[in-house]
Amino acid sequence: MDFLILNKGFPILSVLIFLPLAGAVIALLLSSDNAARIWTLIITTLEAVISLPLYAGFNTATYKYQFGERLAWIPQWNIHYTLGVDGISLLLVLLTTLIMPFCILASWRYIAKRVKAFMICMLILETTMIGVFVALDFILFYVMWEAMLIPMYMLIAIWGGPRKIYASVKFFIYTMAGSAMLLVAIIALYLASAPHTFSIPMLMGQNYSPTLQTLVFLAFFLAFAVKVPMFPLHTWLPAAHVEAPTAGSVILAGVLLKMGAYGFLRFCLPITPQATMTFMPYVLWLSIAGILYGGFTALAQKDMKKLIAYSSVGHMGFITLGIFMLNSRGMEGAILQMLNHGITTGALFLCVGIIYERKHSRELSVSTGIGKHMPVFATFFAIFSLSAFAFPGTNSFVGEFLVLAGGFARHKLITAFAIPGVILAAAYMLRMLQKVIWGGVNNPSHTGLVDLNTREIIVLAPFLVFVFWIGLAPAPFLAVIHSSVNHLLTQVGTLGGTSAVAQILP
Amino acid sequence: MNIMQFAPELFLLLGALIIFLFSLFENRRGVRNAALAIGLGAVLLTAASLGRTGLLFMGAYKVDLFSQLFKLLIACGMAAVLIFGRRLPDIDRRLRPEYYLCLILSSLGLMMLVSSVDMIAIFVSLELASFALYLMLPMRDDRQGRRIQMEAAIKYMLLGVMATGVMLFGMSYIFGLTGTTNLAAIAPKLHNLMSEPAALVGIAMIVCVFMFKLAAFPFNFWVADAYEGAANETTAFLATVPKLAAVALLIRVVSLISPVHELTAFLAVMAVCSMFYGNLCALRQTDFKRMMAFSAIAHAGFVLLGILTFRQAGYAAAMYYITGYLVMNLACFLVICQVSKAGENVAIASLAGLYKRSPLLALTMGISMFALAGIPPFVGFMGEFMLLAGALRAGHLTVVILGAVNSAIAIYYYLSVVRVTYCRAPENDAPLQVDLGTRAVSLILIATIIIMGVLPGSFLSIAANALHGIL
Repeated sequence: MDFLILNKGFPILSVLIFLPLAGAVIALLLSSDNAARIWTLIITTLEAVISLPLYAGFNTATYKYQFGERLAWIPQWNIHYTLGVDGISLLLVLLTTLIMPFCILASWRYIAKRVKAFMICMLILETTMIGVFVALDFILFYVMWEAMLIPMYMLIAIWGGPRKIYASVKFFIYTMAGSAMLLVAIIALYLASAPHTFSIPMLMGQNYSPTLQTLVFLAFFLAFAVKVPMFPLHTWLPAAHVEAPTAGSVILAGVLLKMGAYGFLRFCLPITPQATMTFMPYVLWLSIAGILYGGFTALAQKDMKKLIAYSSVGHMGFITLGIFMLNSRGMEGAILQMLNHGITTGALFLCVGIIYERKHSRELSVSTGIGKHMPVFATFFAIFSLSAFAFPGTNSFVGEFLVLAGGFARHKLITAFAIPGVILAAAYMLRMLQKVIWGGVNNPSHTGLVDLNTREIIVLAPFLVFVFWIGLAPAPFLAVIHSSVNHLLTQVGTLGGTSAVAQILP
Repeated sequence: MNIMQFAPELFLLLGALIIFLFSLFENRRGVRNAALAIGLGAVLLTAASLGRTGLLFMGAYKVDLFSQLFKLLIACGMAAVLIFGRRLPDIDRRLRPEYYLCLILSSLGLMMLVSSVDMIAIFVSLELASFALYLMLPMRDDRQGRRIQMEAAIKYMLLGVMATGVMLFGMSYIFGLTGTTNLAAIAPKLHNLMSEPAALVGIAMIVCVFMFKLAAFPFNFWVADAYEGAANETTAFLATVPKLAAVALLIRVVSLISPVHELTAFLAVMAVCSMFYGNLCALRQTDFKRMMAFSAIAHAGFVLLGILTFRQAGYAAAMYYITGYLVMNLACFLVICQVSKAGENVAIASLAGLYKRSPLLALTMGISMFALAGIPPFVGFMGEFMLLAGALRAGHLTVVILGAVNSAIAIYYYLSVVRVTYCRAPENDAPLQVDLGTRAVSLILIATIIIMGVLPGSFLSIAANALHGIL
């Protein structure tokens, strides 16, 4: 296995996958709600702590998959339990493990009924999310990818808002229908590879026929574009976001959407490079459509969650734009932007959740002018909003800048169309910010509104740290991405210019 | 002949006689426990005779790993139905001994069927299995002049007898062409006759009866009415155990011949039509058992994907899938039998709030629905994956794509059951009492669904060994 650096000692990735699952099984035995809350917090915190050595021990000089584990799973079909992380997945794994404890904290009071079941769903969800990012075997990946739907469906369908049934079923059917062909494509690749294998790295770089590449690319694209979501397939997202409980929205925006983009990077590009080149212009134009459509729609929203959901459509458009520019700047920007979007949008959803807990409404008109009553909250909210429209000094600026820089280096015309998206982002975020903090002359009464408590500050503060950390010193984050992106670009066959880090950071 | 080779069948026959004795006397209290004991005894005996091999009754009856594996599964299915369906609220108290008698005889017939390697033996065992089932359907209580069970029984019987007639007709062709009724002797002769239309028609007609048992399109017209008309416990049996034997016999018969284009196309068309017909009709159902009937048609289509490969991997996948199907279906009928206190049919809507009334039953239902929908990590997904992979390897791309489309269609109705179970407020809050045996069975079924789904390797190697013996 020359693509995998086996991990001889502590099986860190397996532990990351199975610790939450074991925690969920034990949580079944707990009786009180508070015990379930504390237990889940302990497990997710432990998980986050265990995941930190991944970053510390990560070798940035190699593109190979590290911390590898490999066991035979279903020998009849040559399926192995193969795990590993590289520069593309490392940050996403860390994002997942680090965001989870805060989701649990944010649900402390928000979830009042069936607490134990909620916590079990969250733990199972964590298992499957980690599994998706570290799986290096296609069947293992697919199992995790689909299994994730069950807890997420439950989160929306049980603890969601008034239209939860509609939203949850739509979410499930969109994603499931999108990935039906994914399974066929996986099997087709298995049969086309020599020797027959489901190992993802071994499926890369095989010379598949152009027809097969086209079909496989389209099947992959459908599955991942639904998940991202890309422009015409995005309609499940606002529904799911609006109805999901806060923690569900945070995970949805922070981690689940990234899986679509991760799928493009991990599968579409290296496995079907020829088809990628063929379809690249179409994907880029769809990304532009998503950026502009998301921006304009967000501008018109009255519901804050819906506004942020549509802004996600726009932001994810930037990410796919960066990925399909197929040069190192665009791609590194896209990966960084995946992380940024998780941080910023996750934090914004947490902020909306905090308002919702107090005002029991997400309507913008109900929450106008609360800045006067909740100054601490307003500060957090303002910084996250600035980050959402890529204000210099915040994390998104770095990512978006790289994406646009990569874009202008390759397709000036297409990238020019993305520029209005940047302006739109500023417009809709500032509109929301203005209304929430100051409002107008006839603000509703906010008597009895209390500012953030310690728990809520603890939840939001780490997001703030990362906003500025990535915004002011992105080097440690870009460094881990670099080798893997360059290797990926070699695989696609268009190594694009010099390093992005070298150019923006002397 | 070693008596142990035939022990499970003899035991069931003996059990049937004991139950028959119960039916003669007024004292009928012990019959339930006797039936339970027979069911559990059959499981133990079939498990003990798993390794036996031999050829009995002048080559008409073959005991090999393939047949013994299926016998064990049949016994397990029967025992599970006996345990979770032991209340039998909708079967007249006076008829219960006869009901158990028929159940045991039908299982006996199915066990003999999977061992039969002679056309006459196949016919005899099939009739034993079928006629006992024909009798079980109308045994439902006819309070307030209900006639639905009679309609179901008449439909099932008439169509069933007709299917058997077609099979006999097909057998006559094969006998006419080869001059023997023994499958082992037929196989080499048929290989030279594969260009003969008569041989193909003969095989196709024999296959039809098993398609009828599996409820594949276009042999599916009995299934919705029979499921709906029969008592819940009867449906639980009808929906699961006979399908095992049908798949076993399909493999036995189809493996006799080399793949010919006409027969593959015949199976492929049936598979695709079954999936579409079953899934699309199931979308609109409000009665749980009717929905399961249409879902059974769709799953029959999936099993055919394994058969039409004419390869060992495909057959192994079909065996795996039908075993998983047995477990998943038993799990959801277990819930139905508990929810329906007086034996009435259960509407999907009346599962509302099951999570509050009994968390275990709700979990069983949820997992079996997700498993039937083919969501990993459950057994339904692994089976579906292997069937699709096997069919694609054999070159049936179109069928595979249509199959994948179907698995997406099917999500909706399975999901709506989960939705009702978990998300809707209950109509009445009364907690459901579930007895200890049923709890144990439901935990075993859940564990099997997960373990078979996560670790299919060992089952597959057993299935492969079993298939070595017959190919």
